[in-house]
Amino acid sequence: MFNYTFHWHQAFRALPDMLQGALVTLQVAVLSMVLGVAFAVLIAVARMSANRVARGMATVWVEVARNTPALFQIYMAHFGLGAFGIHLSPFTALLAGITFNNAGYLSETFRGALNAIPPTQTRAARSLGMGPVRAFWSVVMPQMFRISYPPMTNQMVWAILMTSLGITVGLASDLAGVTQGLNVKTFRTFEFFAMAAVLYYLIAKLVMLGARLIAWRLFRY
Amino acid sequence: MFNTALTLSDLGFLLKGAGMTVAITVVAVLFGTLLGLVFGTIKAHVGWLVAAPLTFVLDVLRSVPLLIQLILANAFQAIAGMGWSPFIVACVVLSLYTSAYCTEVVRGGIEAVPAVTRRAARSLGMTWRQDMANVTLPMALRVALPGWIGLALGVMKDSALVLWLGIIELLRSSQILVTRLQEPLFILMVAGVIYFLLSYPIARLGDRLEKRWREND
Repeated sequence: MFNYTFHWHQAFRALPDMLQGALVTLQVAVLSMVLGVAFAVLIAVARMSANRVARGMATVWVEVARNTPALFQIYMAHFGLGAFGIHLSPFTALLAGITFNNAGYLSETFRGALNAIPPTQTRAARSLGMGPVRAFWSVVMPQMFRISYPPMTNQMVWAILMTSLGITVGLASDLAGVTQGLNVKTFRTFEFFAMAAVLYYLIAKLVMLGARLIAWRLFRY
Repeated sequence: MFNTALTLSDLGFLLKGAGMTVAITVVAVLFGTLLGLVFGTIKAHVGWLVAAPLTFVLDVLRSVPLLIQLILANAFQAIAGMGWSPFIVACVVLSLYTSAYCTEVVRGGIEAVPAVTRRAARSLGMTWRQDMANVTLPMALRVALPGWIGLALGVMKDSALVLWLGIIELLRSSQILVTRLQEPLFILMVAGVIYFLLSYPIARLGDRLEKRWREND
């Protein structure tokens, strides 16, 4: 059936390089999550604020992030922003695109969590003498993260999968980019990408496991 | 930005690309849902140990990036000499990808139907098949439909990745126009608006259904 000889040893020889790429993948995913969470909190707060402009901008961000492909958002960061004289490197464009996407999805998660926290929590904090910022930061936000922790871990896995889109804007240093570089040199597409698939699977599983361990440490009474 | 060289026929080219996006999405969602219904029903009825092989395969489909899956499937069909067109590869991969998510949606829906309701149906003399068709699935549909709509829209957005196989769908057609007209921001925005118009109304509908059905619970 197969008129083809598999050359797995080449893929195994390239494993150290691919693991190096996996580190870059994790780096982009973690950075995009940290920035995404920060923006998402701001968006969630802005969407509930009385300020019309802030609310409108936050709504536009969320709807665009949720109703267009992630690849489109990365293209926008890489090719589109050039019209404003902003030229992002593939790494930055990928990070910007994924961060934009993450923030949109996470802010909806956070909004749902905020709605689930009784308003008496804020009132109790305020009546203890805390200011509005302090009450949100020390009382409401920790509960919000606790409620939205499971969807956040899902989003983290999504972020890892989305980093593979970096090759479409020419990123060569992440796992998909390294694999593609090896592929164009050797044309052993199947072997290299099968190896990459295994690595992506392992990364996703490790992150899920790590998230569970952190949750166990963080959220016990 | 508003002095654009984009002509009406260029817009038609973009819309043709959008047609390809919709076509791939419809095929993938159709077959993915059929597979998801079968897998989800199996997973809701057998123990985890029996379902473990299925669970593992579906988990792999959800833990490996779609782009890698597309490249792998394309390379594999070439190695095996199947001679599939990129369109078929894209449809097969996206269908399996959809089925992996749809399985969870279906399983969640079926498991949301209380066991006592199903037992009551069976003790009225209904067969398993009658119970599924007349009691369980109609009730599961209410729970599962909003999630399913979200899934279908997600597949529509993820179908942009098939451009890597050389299929000229919406995003790829916008790239072709950018190469010729050198107006990336404007043309990408047009493509983005088309995506948005495809996705937003259906997303709103899903939200409304979810809210309305929750009130009646």
